[in-house]
Amino acid sequence: MAVARYIKDAKDQILDVILESGIHVKPSYSPKDLDEIGFSYDKDVADPGEYPYTRGIHALGYRSRAWTTRQYTGFGTPQETNERFKLMISHGQTGLNVAFDLPTQMGYDSDDPMSEGEVGRVGMAVDTLRDFEIAFKDIRLDKIGSGLTINAVASIMLAMYQAVAEKYGFDPKVISATPQNDILKEMIGRGAWIFPVEPAVKLIGDTIEYSMTVLPRTNPVSVCGYHIRESGATPAQEIACAILIANAYIDNVLARGYDVDDFVGRFSFNLNVFGNMWEQIAKFRAARKLWARNLKEKYNVKKAQNLFLRGLFGGGGYGLTKEQPENNIMRGAYYGLVAALSGAQTTALCSYDEAYTIPTPHSALLSLRTLQLLMDEMGLRDTVDPLAGSYFIETMTKEMEQKIEEEMGKIEKFGGIVKAVSEGYIQRLVARQAYEVEKGLEAGELLKVGVNIYKEGESMDVELHEYNWDSAAGQIENLRAVKRERSEKDVARTLKELESATRDGKNVMPYLVACCKAYASVGEMAGIFRQIFGEFNEPSLF
Amino acid sequence: MQDKMRLKVLIAKPGLDGHDRGAKVVAQALKEAGMEVVYSGLHRTIDQIVNIAVQEDVDVIGLSIMTGAHIPITQRLFQKIKEKGIDNKMVFVGGVIPSRDIPKLKEIGVVGVFPGGTPLAETIHFLQSTVKKG
Repeated sequence: MAVARYIKDAKDQILDVILESGIHVKPSYSPKDLDEIGFSYDKDVADPGEYPYTRGIHALGYRSRAWTTRQYTGFGTPQETNERFKLMISHGQTGLNVAFDLPTQMGYDSDDPMSEGEVGRVGMAVDTLRDFEIAFKDIRLDKIGSGLTINAVASIMLAMYQAVAEKYGFDPKVISATPQNDILKEMIGRGAWIFPVEPAVKLIGDTIEYSMTVLPRTNPVSVCGYHIRESGATPAQEIACAILIANAYIDNVLARGYDVDDFVGRFSFNLNVFGNMWEQIAKFRAARKLWARNLKEKYNVKKAQNLFLRGLFGGGGYGLTKEQPENNIMRGAYYGLVAALSGAQTTALCSYDEAYTIPTPHSALLSLRTLQLLMDEMGLRDTVDPLAGSYFIETMTKEMEQKIEEEMGKIEKFGGIVKAVSEGYIQRLVARQAYEVEKGLEAGELLKVGVNIYKEGESMDVELHEYNWDSAAGQIENLRAVKRERSEKDVARTLKELESATRDGKNVMPYLVACCKAYASVGEMAGIFRQIFGEFNEPSLF
Repeated sequence: MQDKMRLKVLIAKPGLDGHDRGAKVVAQALKEAGMEVVYSGLHRTIDQIVNIAVQEDVDVIGLSIMTGAHIPITQRLFQKIKEKGIDNKMVFVGGVIPSRDIPKLKEIGVVGVFPGGTPLAETIHFLQSTVKKG
């Protein structure tokens, strides 16, 4: 059952607690519980920085380095986005996380009829390298890393990031991009897929292979349990899917003849924080352990640092409400606490107004400050994994580990993650669960402040980010100007070479970099992929 | 007789957005309430949505829009509906819709707006009491 349940008597006394992943919580825990599950400190937990990394991947945790704060940012034109980047950096943000508009994510130029009404709306519009030149102007790409929240055309955006870095004189070897680049999760939730499964996974393999030598500090893939959870998965299913999806990408690169230790250390994860806080903390601790064990036992990974589950733990979008939106500020603070108690390397929060639209500068800053005060005021940097040894947390972590393995087993039994996604098995499962959760909310079995308890009637109005139609028109004008100025000969040649490389099954990355440098547009490059690969055929669910 | 009375609803995801949790939840709720539901799948153009509505002969079209582009998308749908002469089909909208935009959507011709968080029972009741067969 995917809905958390509280069984109560007539006097509101809690008789039983059943978490989303199916774990029962007891009224209290003692050393006996640890005995019952056969808990071994050395085997199950170990010191921070020691296998299986349940307590964290670094011996000194946040003492050696606070987490990276990376609020999701981008809207309108590259100019507006550049200003917002600089604002966030000036307020102490330590990483960037670029939001792209939907046309860019779907491989359409701003002047494409498919893009109408969407240019610059939910993120920054990017058509050519010129846009990246503006967006990253005066930003030290050797010092600050950038998450690129894009999937179907992540290869194009990674190539463009390299091109802009080189244009500004940064060695590709020192820049650190983290393209999201996880297409299988996109087919389960979030939906910004374009190409069929096989070529889409091949493109991800290309970015991983290419990064090994050309972009060694880049994290070519950020495996997202996050959106699967947003779509209705339980915390256990979120991790089960993430590990199996990561394995699918590993398998693609292994088939090219590489040693797993050459690339898997650059994998990263993006995982969600909403829900029962104990269940989430146990989830992250169990996830680190299972990922390390998966790599060691299944893939025979040798180097210790390649076994680390490095992750952005944050967001929590589904947990936020439209009702009483200021409550989302408090929710964000608790989500941040969960991320910190779980040893996140990187974090970000959804802002309180995101149930309405993309954040204003004010709300984005509040999120950043929430994260900063956890690290700098509340003592979260003092000691690593402070909940370790708790009878409750260690029992929960072990139970969560079992639940995740059960979920992995179900998917394997169906025929593996690629088949499960291609045929809609996971999509059907999470859609059903999302419906169960909604019914649980309406029946009052699941409590949500402001939604089904402590309601206040009419929702308050919040100051909202306004969409700027003029900036969309300006973006189209800029694209036309770039097309007038660029060398059509170079564009035609590089696109032709990209087309041949794609048809021949070569690694497309060097060809994409050449196209970007010639100011070929995202739509032109993605158009070649569309033509050769075709489109993903969404499995029908109803 | 029973079947003739059964409402047929198209739940459609127009445009490039792929956030479909809400659309799928509503689709399941309407189905469970006894309606016949057609789900469009993702990334549909307005032309495709109108074609599905005609082919499937639905009584009502529900658009799920999360990006903020609900005004231009809905305007385009109504243009197309008029061109095709299927103005008898009612249209409702759900998604991330700020309350200030609800009057504008109604002006365009939308009969009901159900922003995220609307109880499913409210949407079901609205459709059962407002939408006429045929």
